Amino acid sequence: MAPKVPPQPTLEQSSTAVEAGHGHAHAAPPKGIMRWLLTTNHKEIGSLYLIFSLIMFFIGGIFALVVRAELFQPGLNLVNPEFFNQMTTMHGLIMVFAAVMPAFTGLANWMIPLQIGAPDMALPRLNNFSFWLLPVAFTLLLSTLFMPGGGPNFGWTFYAPLSTTYAPPSTTFFILALHIAGVSSILGAINIIATILNMRAPGMRMMDMPLFVWTWLITAFLLIAVMPVLAGVITMMLMDINFGTSFFNAAGGGDPVLFQHLFWFFGHPEVYIMILPAFGIVSAIIPAFARKRLFGYASMVYATSAIALLSFLVWGHHMFAVGMPLAGQLFFMYSTMLIAVPTGVKVFNWVTTLFRGSISFEPPMLFALAFVVLFTIGGFSGLMLAIAPADFQYHDTYFVVAHFHYVLVPGAVFSIMAGVYFWLPKWTGHYPHLRLSQWHFWLSVIGVNLTFFPMHFAGLAGMPRRIPDYALQFADFNLVSTVGAFMFGFSQLLFVAVVVLCVRGGKKAPAQAWGEYADDLEWTVPSPAPLHTFETPPTFQRPAH
Amino acid sequence: MSRNETESQDVKVRRTVWRSVAALVGMFAFAFALVPLYDVFCRVTGINGKVDTTAQALVHDEVDESRMVTVQFITRNGSGLPWRMDVETRQVRVHPGQTSEVNFTFNNQSNAVSWGRAVPSVSPSTATRHVRKASCFCFEEQRLEAGERIEMPLVFQLARDLPSEVNTVTLVYTLYPVEGKQQSPLQAGVKTIEGDEA
Amino acid sequence: MRTLLVWLAGGLSLVGSSQAALASGWNMPVGVTDLSREIYTLHMAIFWICVVIGVIVFGVMFYSLIRYRHSKGAKAANFHENTTVEILWTAVPLLILIGMAVPATATLQKIYDPSDAELDVMITGQQWRWRYEYLGEDVAFNSNMSTPRAQIRGEEERGENYLLEVDEPLVLPINRKVRFLFTSDDVIHAWWVPDFAVKQDTIPGFITENWVNINEPGIYRGQCAELCGVDHGFMPIVVHAMEEDDFDTWLAERQEAAAEEALGVDREWEMDELMERGESVYGSICSSCHQPEGQGSPPAFPALAGNEEMLADIEWHKDTIINGVSGTAMPSFRTTLNPVELAAVITYTRNAWGNDTGDAVQPSEIAERLER
Repeated sequence: MAPKVPPQPTLEQSSTAVEAGHGHAHAAPPKGIMRWLLTTNHKEIGSLYLIFSLIMFFIGGIFALVVRAELFQPGLNLVNPEFFNQMTTMHGLIMVFAAVMPAFTGLANWMIPLQIGAPDMALPRLNNFSFWLLPVAFTLLLSTLFMPGGGPNFGWTFYAPLSTTYAPPSTTFFILALHIAGVSSILGAINIIATILNMRAPGMRMMDMPLFVWTWLITAFLLIAVMPVLAGVITMMLMDINFGTSFFNAAGGGDPVLFQHLFWFFGHPEVYIMILPAFGIVSAIIPAFARKRLFGYASMVYATSAIALLSFLVWGHHMFAVGMPLAGQLFFMYSTMLIAVPTGVKVFNWVTTLFRGSISFEPPMLFALAFVVLFTIGGFSGLMLAIAPADFQYHDTYFVVAHFHYVLVPGAVFSIMAGVYFWLPKWTGHYPHLRLSQWHFWLSVIGVNLTFFPMHFAGLAGMPRRIPDYALQFADFNLVSTVGAFMFGFSQLLFVAVVVLCVRGGKKAPAQAWGEYADDLEWTVPSPAPLHTFETPPTFQRPAH
Repeated sequence: MSRNETESQDVKVRRTVWRSVAALVGMFAFAFALVPLYDVFCRVTGINGKVDTTAQALVHDEVDESRMVTVQFITRNGSGLPWRMDVETRQVRVHPGQTSEVNFTFNNQSNAVSWGRAVPSVSPSTATRHVRKASCFCFEEQRLEAGERIEMPLVFQLARDLPSEVNTVTLVYTLYPVEGKQQSPLQAGVKTIEGDEA
Repeated sequence: MRTLLVWLAGGLSLVGSSQAALASGWNMPVGVTDLSREIYTLHMAIFWICVVIGVIVFGVMFYSLIRYRHSKGAKAANFHENTTVEILWTAVPLLILIGMAVPATATLQKIYDPSDAELDVMITGQQWRWRYEYLGEDVAFNSNMSTPRAQIRGEEERGENYLLEVDEPLVLPINRKVRFLFTSDDVIHAWWVPDFAVKQDTIPGFITENWVNINEPGIYRGQCAELCGVDHGFMPIVVHAMEEDDFDTWLAERQEAAAEEALGVDREWEMDELMERGESVYGSICSSCHQPEGQGSPPAFPALAGNEEMLADIEWHKDTIINGVSGTAMPSFRTTLNPVELAAVITYTRNAWGNDTGDAVQPSEIAERLER
């Protein structure tokens, strides 16, 4: 198969342009901190997003380790229940809104313009703004931990009335922080849609776009559809708390269950917002290291769209225990089970891509393969959870905790790491340190399974989630989970080491760093990618079939 | 790149942005529209035992004497209202289509005027939309003088099309103070409660 | 991935090998109702379907990973779509799903059976206890966790039913359909007993229902399953299922005891009696928020020791306990506690921890206040 693009002209043009330093309207960039505060360059903003999300990943991780340490043995040993609830809540909020989502946005910023042959994002100044909202939002959110009455303690799902009438005084700041983070996500999504729809290289049709671009386009539409609903629901909370309305307060004629409907109308698509870009990344990595084209590109696009559409019809499966009528239970059970079909198609496509390939196991591939296996396990438990009668037993237990951590940690987080390993040569011009990367992978994959696999058993045996102390029969599972969590947590320091070492040096990478099957447009620019690329759009050529 | 192309791209980007913003505003409004929509949806389908709190016309068609259904009444006190609420009977046996009346008494036990509201809920949810109320204290907020005691009727009817498997219908009324019509509620032991100047 | 396989294998062998392994707490309990058994069967069926699909998918995947290694000189084939295969692997899972949905729908329909019950129990969630009312039987009581705090703090050895024991269990007859009505006084809780496969949210201001028909006598334990605040983890459920005759005897005894307690309202109570009773009521009802020494935990839960407002105004004090405070975690105890308990706990809080007001509140006075 021929590479998709005749790289030479583009390459020369862009690199000479940079070297000669002409042909731009760019003024001399400000130095030091101002450069980063004011940058409108998609690569610099992408890096800012990624660094921010890595920091938040560690903060959220520390919260998780506080939780795991408390649960190491029965009894209240380290923290009191108030603080424990704040830790579980903050862990969830930080990981969802400050670690996983910004990490994907960072990858999108870096890679989407490169993958579609655009010089930058469509709205560069908006891009800068939407990033800098994030540190503001999460500094505010973290500061609530030091306020009187403590930070949010009602779980990341903040069900009313626990989060309204019975909430700590800091809840208003929590709402404000979430509003700011929401605005940031929305602006990012608009920017991504505008970029993808309007700035593709001449000749690149929608169905020629790399899957990472496709999945992000669909994700951005999901964000635009549901982030305003989140904004709406927290605005209603704000009004209930501060202005005497009764959206969720039964005493005033409101309905606490309405909160759950609205929250999950946002919340379920949100889950896919955190996994669809992962599908895109894995769909780029597996063909690269199987040395074979991705099987079923078109069906991947259709499956992603189907998952996105179905995600609006399944929110009720989070609420099987609230007392819905039979018809509602059946509707949400069937629609949820249906999601298994497009998801299955994706997994089958990846496996078939591997079949009769020529497979090597570089670090990005290791993470992508672990993603396929472990995400699929999370999918199986998801299917079990979809069965409404059985869900009466699974709901709100550690089985659910195991399920969504399998989907989000070896799912979303591993895919982000796979993406980072995959694109580090493009970003830094160096390959990541092989031995360290392998250590990082194996310790992570062992740690993650030690942490989350026993949770299936604990949940089935009857351990509810979000409890600071537990009955003695759950002790062994929790002990193993805690050991695994510390192992996984500390292994991530290796990840930092790999990234830092890779930025500073290492084996030099050529433009097409991972061979001829990693052949999207980003691999036509030099490694490291110069600050400005594709100032003149490349001419896209479809691969010869 | 020619200047024309750049311009057309700017125009296209601007169009995409405006469309996205329109979608955003629409979705934000949609979230708020869901509140009344949900109410309507619940009333129509009976989800969540949410009951219509407006008077409905009773239907005077034939009483289905072949069936007896038990209707239970439960009264509960939410916090912060110094009232006692009683129902004259805990349960009645009625035929579908039959009109019945049950009296409830409300008694303000404090020495101040206060406002209360009884919030109704029905179980099983499939029965909700088959409970017709011609008169109910739950339709509006009640005002009671200090020490006042009033009796109010609930006039209701079970629709003849009540699902055949339903044999017991439970009506629960939870009494809550009306926010904003009394002095602000006591905030965690900081301020005084209504009607207690003594 | 190797670890994963080990875990999978370990888990599977334990899950699959014997019923004894199941009972030892690695899997969902089979339970003691027809429905819980049915749900268990459904759970296992779906589990094995997932295992089979997993074995096939991962089998092909690992075969490919081993067989087609670049390092062993594998040459990649050049195919990237096949409409037949793609339609097939869309259709086949769809059929499997339909196969799963059929029994699931049947079970769900059985759960939604509104037929008549022989006993109605109203279950109310309250931060952080359960209240059980036997409707029409004049029996009602609160059920608090009875595990001592010293065990939680590790100062005492932990008992067998650590965190899963209560002062007053819910008592139910076997072989009778019991209908539960659920509601809540404050936030959303969820009443869950795994052996019954009943998990139902309790929603303030709303009522939901569920039911159970227990097959075997025994003691069944569960916990609150919806985050409901600080002591969410300390809100267990214990159900004592009895033979029908034993249950009837128990119910009659409870009715008698309630009648006897009601008689006590009219007599004059000594300060010591009130303090003793008040201390026990305070310990089971009030201390989880206002703390054992009345020190509270502001801003949510005010201190009672030295609370000037409360000590200055006894009427306000009575009113707050009887009616609660809207918009806060302070519920109305008008029906949750009887006049004796109310009088005792008011007396206790006015005289304990250096609050020495000397006020003794008589049950008759409270009863009169509740009736007026």
